[in-house]
Amino acid sequence: MHLPSTEPRFSLYYDYKIHQPWLASQHAPQDRKQVVIVGAGPSGLVTALELARLGVSCVVVTAELQVSQGSRALAFTRRSMEILQQVGIDERMTEAGLPWRFGNSYYRGKRVFRMEAPYDVNDRFYPLINVQQQYMEEFLHDACKANPLIDFRWGNKVVQVEQKEGYVELVVDTPEGTYSLETQWLVAADGGRSGIRAALGLEMEGTSYEGKFVIADIKIDLPLPTERMAFFAPEWNPGNTILMHREPHGIWRLDYQLPEGEDPDEALKPESIKARIDAQLAMIGYADKTWELDWCSVYSARTLTLPDYVHDNILFTGDAAHLLPIFGVRGANTGFQDGQSLAWHLAFVVKGLASRKLLENYSAERVTAAREIIEEAGKSTRFMTPPSRGFHLLRDAVLSLSLTQAFVRPLYHWRTSRPHEYTHSALNSMGDDNALFQAGPAHGAPPKNVRLGADNYLLDYLGGGFDLLYFTQNQTVPESIMTVVRQARAKGIPLNVVGIGPGLEIAGADKTINDASGAIRGCYGVNNHGAAYLLRPDQHICARWINLDAMRLQMALNTALPQ
Amino acid sequence: MSEQNNTLPVDALEMIYDELASAIDEVDKEATALFLVKLVLLNAKTIGSAETLREHIRIAKQDF
Repeated sequence: MHLPSTEPRFSLYYDYKIHQPWLASQHAPQDRKQVVIVGAGPSGLVTALELARLGVSCVVVTAELQVSQGSRALAFTRRSMEILQQVGIDERMTEAGLPWRFGNSYYRGKRVFRMEAPYDVNDRFYPLINVQQQYMEEFLHDACKANPLIDFRWGNKVVQVEQKEGYVELVVDTPEGTYSLETQWLVAADGGRSGIRAALGLEMEGTSYEGKFVIADIKIDLPLPTERMAFFAPEWNPGNTILMHREPHGIWRLDYQLPEGEDPDEALKPESIKARIDAQLAMIGYADKTWELDWCSVYSARTLTLPDYVHDNILFTGDAAHLLPIFGVRGANTGFQDGQSLAWHLAFVVKGLASRKLLENYSAERVTAAREIIEEAGKSTRFMTPPSRGFHLLRDAVLSLSLTQAFVRPLYHWRTSRPHEYTHSALNSMGDDNALFQAGPAHGAPPKNVRLGADNYLLDYLGGGFDLLYFTQNQTVPESIMTVVRQARAKGIPLNVVGIGPGLEIAGADKTINDASGAIRGCYGVNNHGAAYLLRPDQHICARWINLDAMRLQMALNTALPQ
Repeated sequence: MSEQNNTLPVDALEMIYDELASAIDEVDKEATALFLVKLVLLNAKTIGSAETLREHIRIAKQDF
């Protein structure tokens, strides 16, 4: 019998709601599901919402009766907000969050580096926004609950997983005991300690770093802007690093590195936390401020990934698939991209629009993305928490030189999470004009947003299937191209035609965007009438043409949906 | 390693020999390695060639 806690978790700012468990006795016998998602975190819920958007139903099971403990992921990137816009929660995130774009690194009381994340007039969202994870999960859950294709089950813990011939059999434990559940596809979005990964005996590849950090959220009134602060090797914590982030609701996050060899349990004792937080506050000149602890935890940096995210009918996503260091906000921000990617790849396979090869592509693309992140984040991690004597020496040499030498200061910058470009994806068209463009997002790149007016951006018009951006001076999309579009739709492929022209309605296009100003043409490197971009359902570019013709559109669709 | 036009003349090398030795004596013993690494990073900036530096690292690791 699985009896999850019915006590609301402690929080100084978030009102935890206890949900009713889903009980098999209150429902009709369970037929085989198309998709079951285990885990109700960021990657699992984005997968569920995007699947539903593409018309595929799913069951989401989570062991708990409430959203997760503590602020956790906290900082979300622009691309994450663009993905959350696709699933309809960007406005709630914006209302709940604190946007920011500057990071400061301090050494010996001096600011030695200032990161400025670029902010373009064409971007709807800030480079980063801080929202405590409870709110993000609540917003995603509300969106799931409002969607008739998503069957959300609180208090359901998967205790057994068995791969059968073409489907997966689960045993799910609940407060009234177990029931069995069959599903054609199982999505393992059950987090860093994934029980499904363990049950399958899958090993992750990569490195675990020794350096441990305490993460502590405190309620305190600090008159400081929403900017990240990183303090290196201060007197109160020799050789170690401290990070500070402002959170909504008068909360600040402090992450501080523990001296080598310190026991994490010791470090979480109230007296230890108090002494260290007081020392940090004293160092930045706020020794007089009172504060209260909201939540604390210990973590260490790991750069690990499964080498394959697809195992028969079981698909891994988010932290269940990989463990990435927090430096550069790479956990949930990667998880959203995973979920968005998995959802469309899986939906098209479920609907018979592509073969299993499409799922292999999901794995190939996202494993490559994880390895790229590991490569980048590894550099940041080795600077933040040097793993050996040599790395310590180099880091300390950079700290020391940075007081007077500008050339070493960029080494403080821990490359913030950014969307992976699927440059070598098997889904990219071979016969298009990708190489002939002088500007604009290339093969595999995420789209560029373009401001069209007040509260009106290009990305507002995209998603929910393939998007064909067709640039024309005419008032109609050529009939030969529309024939290919209609044939694709007849097969069930969601394909949205966005006509981009001088303002008049473009016949054949589902939506017409007025680009009389040329803003979109400029961002997409389009000089010619008749140019086009084909975007996958995750909005990454898979083909672009200087001059689109029907045959090459058909070829691109064939390549993007392998049979 | 190829001889470059800007190779340090022997008399200058002798001067640097003494100055570097004195500098090592002046910094705290436990800061010796840190001092030398800082020096290498400053030189790295001026040399401007990762290939040359890699070659220097290889040579310096020999014959202990």
